Amino acid sequence: MSEQIRTFAELEEKQSACTKCMDEKFSGKDGKRHVVLCGGTGCLSSHSDKIREKFSEVVKEKGLEDKVTVNQVGCFGFCSQGPFVKIYPEDTLYRMVKIEDVEEIVESDLINGTVVERLLYVDPQTKEKITKQDDIEFYKKQMRIALHACGQIDPENIDEALGAGAFVGLAKALKMDRKAVIQEVLDSGLRGRGGAGFPTGRKWSFVPDTDEPKYLVCNGDEGDPGAFMDRSILEGNPFSVIEGMMIGGYAIGAENGYFYVRAEYPIAVKRLQIAIKAMEECGLLGDDILGSGFNFRVHIRLGAGAFVCGEETALLNSIEGKRGMPRPRPPFPAIKGLWGHPTCVNNVETLATVPYIMREGAAKFASIGTEKSKGTKVFALGGKINNVGLVEVPMGTTLRELIYDIGGGIPNGKEFKAIQTGGPSGGCLTAKNLDTQIDYDNLIAAGSMMGSGGAIVMDEDNCMVDVAKFYMEFICDESCGKCSPCRIGTKRMLEILTKITEGKGTMQDLEDLKELAVNVKTNSLCGLGQTAPNPILSTMNSFMDEYIAHIQDKKCPAHVCKNLMSYVIDKDKCFGCKMCQKGCPANAIHVIEPEYIGEGKKLPAMYIDANACVKCGACIATCKFGAISKQ
Amino acid sequence: MAHLQQSAVKQIEEICDRYKDEDTPLMMILSDIQKEYGYIPLEVQELVSEKTGIGVAEIYGVVTFYSFFSLKPKGKNVVGCCLGTACYVKGAQQVIDKFSEILGIKPGETSEDGMFTLDALRCIGACGIAPAVQINGTVYPKMSVDKVAPLIEQYKGGQA
Amino acid sequence: MELININIEGQDYQVEKGLTILEAAKKCGYNIPSLCTYNHGECSLASCRVCLVEASENNGPKKLVASCVYPVSDGMKVTIGSPKATQARRTSVELLLSNHNRNCQECEKNGKCELLYVAQVTGAREGMYEGAKTPTTVDRLTPSIMRDTSKCVLCGRCIARCGKAHGLSVLGFERRGFNTIVGPAENRSFQNSPCILCGQCTTVCPTGALMEVSEIDKVDAAFAEGKHVVVQVAPAVRAALGEEFDMKIGTPVTGKMIAALRRLGFEKCYDVNFGADLTIMEEGTELLHRLTEGGTLPMITSCSPGWINYAEYYYADLLDHLSTCKSPHQMQGAVIKSYWAKQKGYDPKDVFVVSVMPCTAKKFEKDRPEMANKNGKDVDAVLTTRELARMIKRSGINFSRLPDEDWDQDIMGEYTGAAVIFGVTGGVMEAALRTVYFKLTGKEYGKIAFNEVRGNDAGIREASLDIDGTTVNVAIASGMRSAKVLLDEIRAGTSKYQFIEIMGCPGGCINGGGQPYVKPCFLPNEDDDILDTYKAKRAQALYSEDERQVVRQSHNNKQIQELYEKFLGEPNSHLAHELLHTSYNPDRERFD
Repeated sequence: MSEQIRTFAELEEKQSACTKCMDEKFSGKDGKRHVVLCGGTGCLSSHSDKIREKFSEVVKEKGLEDKVTVNQVGCFGFCSQGPFVKIYPEDTLYRMVKIEDVEEIVESDLINGTVVERLLYVDPQTKEKITKQDDIEFYKKQMRIALHACGQIDPENIDEALGAGAFVGLAKALKMDRKAVIQEVLDSGLRGRGGAGFPTGRKWSFVPDTDEPKYLVCNGDEGDPGAFMDRSILEGNPFSVIEGMMIGGYAIGAENGYFYVRAEYPIAVKRLQIAIKAMEECGLLGDDILGSGFNFRVHIRLGAGAFVCGEETALLNSIEGKRGMPRPRPPFPAIKGLWGHPTCVNNVETLATVPYIMREGAAKFASIGTEKSKGTKVFALGGKINNVGLVEVPMGTTLRELIYDIGGGIPNGKEFKAIQTGGPSGGCLTAKNLDTQIDYDNLIAAGSMMGSGGAIVMDEDNCMVDVAKFYMEFICDESCGKCSPCRIGTKRMLEILTKITEGKGTMQDLEDLKELAVNVKTNSLCGLGQTAPNPILSTMNSFMDEYIAHIQDKKCPAHVCKNLMSYVIDKDKCFGCKMCQKGCPANAIHVIEPEYIGEGKKLPAMYIDANACVKCGACIATCKFGAISKQ
Repeated sequence: MAHLQQSAVKQIEEICDRYKDEDTPLMMILSDIQKEYGYIPLEVQELVSEKTGIGVAEIYGVVTFYSFFSLKPKGKNVVGCCLGTACYVKGAQQVIDKFSEILGIKPGETSEDGMFTLDALRCIGACGIAPAVQINGTVYPKMSVDKVAPLIEQYKGGQA
Repeated sequence: MELININIEGQDYQVEKGLTILEAAKKCGYNIPSLCTYNHGECSLASCRVCLVEASENNGPKKLVASCVYPVSDGMKVTIGSPKATQARRTSVELLLSNHNRNCQECEKNGKCELLYVAQVTGAREGMYEGAKTPTTVDRLTPSIMRDTSKCVLCGRCIARCGKAHGLSVLGFERRGFNTIVGPAENRSFQNSPCILCGQCTTVCPTGALMEVSEIDKVDAAFAEGKHVVVQVAPAVRAALGEEFDMKIGTPVTGKMIAALRRLGFEKCYDVNFGADLTIMEEGTELLHRLTEGGTLPMITSCSPGWINYAEYYYADLLDHLSTCKSPHQMQGAVIKSYWAKQKGYDPKDVFVVSVMPCTAKKFEKDRPEMANKNGKDVDAVLTTRELARMIKRSGINFSRLPDEDWDQDIMGEYTGAAVIFGVTGGVMEAALRTVYFKLTGKEYGKIAFNEVRGNDAGIREASLDIDGTTVNVAIASGMRSAKVLLDEIRAGTSKYQFIEIMGCPGGCINGGGQPYVKPCFLPNEDDDILDTYKAKRAQALYSEDERQVVRQSHNNKQIQELYEKFLGEPNSHLAHELLHTSYNPDRERFD
C-alpha cells in the first residue's frame, strides 16, 4: 500500500519533502545530473520515447546510473523544434535530438561537461546559439499558469507534482467555506477558457444549493482544428486539472467528477488514469479527503469522434450514451445537466488555472491581464509561423508580440496575411489588428473570438476564400444534423463557397451567402451553428477583394483554387532539362513548338498544356531553376 | 444473431457486463467493442440491445453518429491523414490526395484486399509537426507528397 | 397556479408560470408557426427553428429564441412579428424546403402538410438556397406504412411517438449532419425491423414522410373487374370520418358515411359491429371454456393486429395466452365469403371484401396466410379512414349534405351496443364481460365500472368482477408500453388476471394509425387543447351510440343467433374454428 495522505498535516509534510527533492534536482544539490525528455504527442511522434530508452541504456553502459537520472516530462511547447532533451542542473536545452545523438550527449555533456553546440537552438534573427530555455525568445514573454509545471515534472509521478505545488490550492479550498471558494474564483476574474469566456465563478454560483447529486464535468473534447492546449495540459500535468476539478466540485457540492476526453488523445487519457489511480491510492480521491469530510471521485469518459460534443449539452448527451446532439437551453446544465441533475461543465485549461488562484490568491491572478480578461491564455500557435508550438501569455499581449516576438515571424520571408483565432467558430484578424491586445472583448470587437486558443497564421500563399471553405467543410462534416439552419445552412454555404472557388460564382451568390450566414448565426440551436458562419463573415469583411477576384476576374490571387490558377513555365528561364516532364503525372509538359531556346540556354524550352494539367504542383518542386510559377 | 460466433457472443456479453453498474454505459460498451473488433456490425448491436434493453435503432443512431465507430471492418493498416487547420495550410490536402491516388480508395474507404483504410482525421493535435499522418497509431511528422509512396511501401511489405 | 405578467407585441397579459412562449402566446391569441414541436413537449427537440421569436428578459437585450421550448418568465417581452423574427422563421423554412422533395401536387399529404402550412404563413420564397439533397430512401415494402426520407424534416415526432406509445425505438436518427435521416436501424424497411405497423408515427408526421400504403387502386381495380365489392366499416371510423370534412371532432357520422359508401358503388355496406358481436360470442365462449376447463390464463384479446405483431415479435413465449379469435373484420370477411356469398349464390372468388379501418396494421393482417381459406382471402383490401375520405372527395360527394342512411339489413345488419364500443380501449373487455356474465348467471349485467387504479400514465386499468361467487380479475392496456407491464407479469408468473384486453394504439382504435390527422394548425375551430381531448371526444361519439342501441349485449343480436342456427352451429364449433379462428407464428418471415 502506498503512502497515505489523509490529513492536511500529512499533505504538508509530503509536499515539503517533495519540494525539497525537486529543488535539489533543479539546483544540483543532490549531486546528480538529470536528463529529461519531452513526452508530449509531438515529440513522441519523433521517437522521444526511444531516445529516452537509449539514454537509459547508454547511461547504464557507462556506469553513470548513480550520477544521472533519465525521465520524461510533459510538453515543452516548442513543438516544431522537438524532440527536446534538457539537462539539469545546468538547464541546457537540446533540440531536434535524434537517437544517434544520444551517445554524443552522454559522452560530451554528461561525462566531459562540454555542451554539444550543434544541438542548441539557434535564434533565427541573431543566428546566436542559445543554451538555456529561458533565454529563447519563444519563452521570454510567456507566463505559465495553466501550463504550470508542464515540461518540468514527470506527469506520471505524483511526487514530482507534489514537489511542484500540487494540492496546495486544494488544501486551502477545503479549509474554506464553499461560498468563499466561489467568491475567490469570482474575485480572480477567471473566465471560461473553452471559448465563450463566461465567468467561471458565476457558472459555479448557478448550481443550486440542494441535496440532490451534482456533477462537475471537465470538457476535454478539444476539437478545434489546430488547437492542442488541453491535450498538452493533460499530458503535461494531469494533477493540476484534477485538483481544479476537485476545488470546483467542492465549491458546487459535487461528489463526482467526469473527464470527457477525445479518444484521439490516448496519451492524455493514460496519464489521467495513472494520476487518478495514484491519488486514489494515497487517499487524495475518495471519501473524507484530507479529513475535511469532502468526498470526491473522478471518472473518465471517452469521446468517439464528434466535434459537436465540445458543446456542453451535447457532451452531456454523449456521456449519457446518446447521440451528441445539443439540448435546448434553458434548462441550463447548472439546473438540469447530467442525468437531469445540476452539473457544471468546465474546460481543461479553466480547471488547470483554478489551483493557481487558490494557491496564490485571487488578487495575484487578477493583477495579470486586462480590465475584463484576467490571467493568462494558452495558444496553440500554428500554420505559417517559424515557432510552431504552445504558448501561454498574459491577457493583453498584442498579436504582434505573439506572432513576431514569440512566434518568430513568418517563414521564408513571406508576407503575414491573417491569423485565425477561435478555430471554425472564430475569425481572421489581419495586419491592421496586429497591435490589438488579446483579450475576450477585444477579439470579438475585431471580428473574431478567443475560442479555445487555436491561432493559425496565414501568409500570402493562403487563399482566404479557400480558408473559409475549409472551415465550412469542417463544420458541415461535424454538424450534428439536429437543427435545420446548421444542418442545411452550412451545406448551402459550403455549396456557394465551392461555386466561388471553382470560378462559377456570381455577385448574387455573395449576397445570398451573407444573408444565409447572418441567419444561420441567429437561428441555430447551439454554439456550433451560431458561430459556424464566422469564418465567412470575417473573411468577407477583411478580404472582400479576394472574393470579388474569384467571381469577376476568375482569378485566385493566392493561386490556391485549382480552377482559377495555372502553372506556367517561363520560357526564358527554362533550361530544357525535361526534369519537369518526367515528373508530370498527366503528361502535360511538352517542348514548345516551334522550338524556342532561351538566351544562354542550350536546349529547347518547355511549356505546360493547361488543358491536360491536373495542377498537382509536381513540376514546380522538380524545377531547379525556378522557371515554373503559379499564375 | 445466427451469424455471430459463440465466442464473440460470449465476449460481447462480457463487455456489456463490465458496465452493468453504470447508468448509461452505451458509449463505453461500443468503444470497447470497436477497440476489440475494429467494427460494430448490426448483429452485434442487436446483441447489445438485448443485453442492455436499449433499442437497436437508438444504438444504430449512436454508432453512426460518432466517427470512431465503424459498421464495416477496417483495413489491416489504418492510414489517418490529419486535416486540421495547421496541417491543411501546410498542404495536408495534397498528402491525402496522394494516398487516395496510390491506394485507389477515397477517404473513409478500405482497399479491396483489406490492406488499407484511408481516413481523414480531425486535428490530432500534432500541429507542431504538420502535416501529420498517423498509421496504426504511429504519427509521421512533416509529411509531404513525395514521402507518401515510400511510406505505403513500408506497410505493404509489413515491415512497419 | 402561479400567474406571471408578460408582454406580447406591446400588449400585457397574465399567463401561467411554466408555459413555453409558444403555449402562452396561443392562450393570448397568437399562433406562432411551429413544426417540430408536438403537444406539450411530447416532441420538443427545438430543432426546426421555425418558431423563433424575439424575447427579452429582465429588460435585457432581445434575442431570438425557440418559443416551443423557451419558458415564459415574469416581465418577459415577446415580439413575434418583428422583421428580424419573421425573417429568421422564413429562412428556417426556406432551408427546410431546399432539402425537401417538393412534388407537393402528387403528395398524398397535400392539404394536411404542416411544412406547406408554415411555408405559407412564413412567406417562404420560391427556390431559395437550392442545392444538393440528402440521399433518399423510399420504403414501400410493407402493405401498411411507407417511409420516404425525401419528405422528412427530422422533427423527431415519430421517434417520440413510437417510444411514448410502445416503449419501442423502431425509428431513430441515423448518421450525422446533412446525411441525417430517420428510419429503422440500418435504414432498413419496416418489413425487416421490429415494427408492429400500428401507424402511430404516420399520425404525427408533419409531412408526407410517413403515411399508410394506399390500397385505393386495388379497390378501383375490383370495381373495374366487375366484382361484387362489399364494404365493411369498423366502429371507430364513424367517430372520426367527419373530421376529414371539417366537422367538429367527436361528431358521429354513421348515416352520412353509409350514404357515401353507397354512392361510391359498394354493393353492400355492412358494419363490422356484426363481426364484433360475433367475436364476442366466440371469444366469450373461449374465455368461459378456459375458465371452467382449465385453459391457459389469463386469456388476452386478439382484435388488434398491431398488438398481435408485437406479441409475435417480443413475446412469442406467451402466444398461448392469446385468444385464437380472428379480429372482427376478418371474421366478418370470412362469413361474407361463405355464408353471405352462398345465400347470394355468388362464387366467393367474385366477391371482393373491402374493410374500412382506423388502422394501418390491418392492411398487414389481411395478408397473413392464416387469414385465407378455400374461399380466398377473408378480406381483400383495407382502407384507412383517411383513404375513405380521399375516395369520397375525389368522387365529388359533398359529404355534409348527404342524407343519413342505414346499413344493409339483409343478414348482417343488426348489431349491439356492445360491438360499437370495440373502438374504445376497454370496449372489447366490457362487451365480452356482458356476455360472459349472462352465460354464467343467466342474467344480464348492467355496467361494469373500471377503476383506474394505476393512473393514466401507465395506461393500465383493472377491475375485479364477482360473477356468482367467481371472481374474475381483468385488466386493460392500450399501447405496448402499458401492455409490457402486464406481459412481464405473466412471464414472471405473477399475473393475477384471468382476462386481459390489449389494444395496439394508445386509447384504442379511435386513436388508430389510420384515423384522420389531428393537426391544430388546420383546425382553427377546435379548442387549443384539442390534442389532449380528441381521443375522449371520439370515444364519446362511440359511447353515445352504444347508449342509443336498444340491444346492448352481443348474445342478444338476433342475426347472430340466426347465423349460428343456420350456418355455424354453436360458438367454437368446428366450422367456427375453421372460419373464425386463427393461429400465431412466432417465426414470421418478415422479421428475419
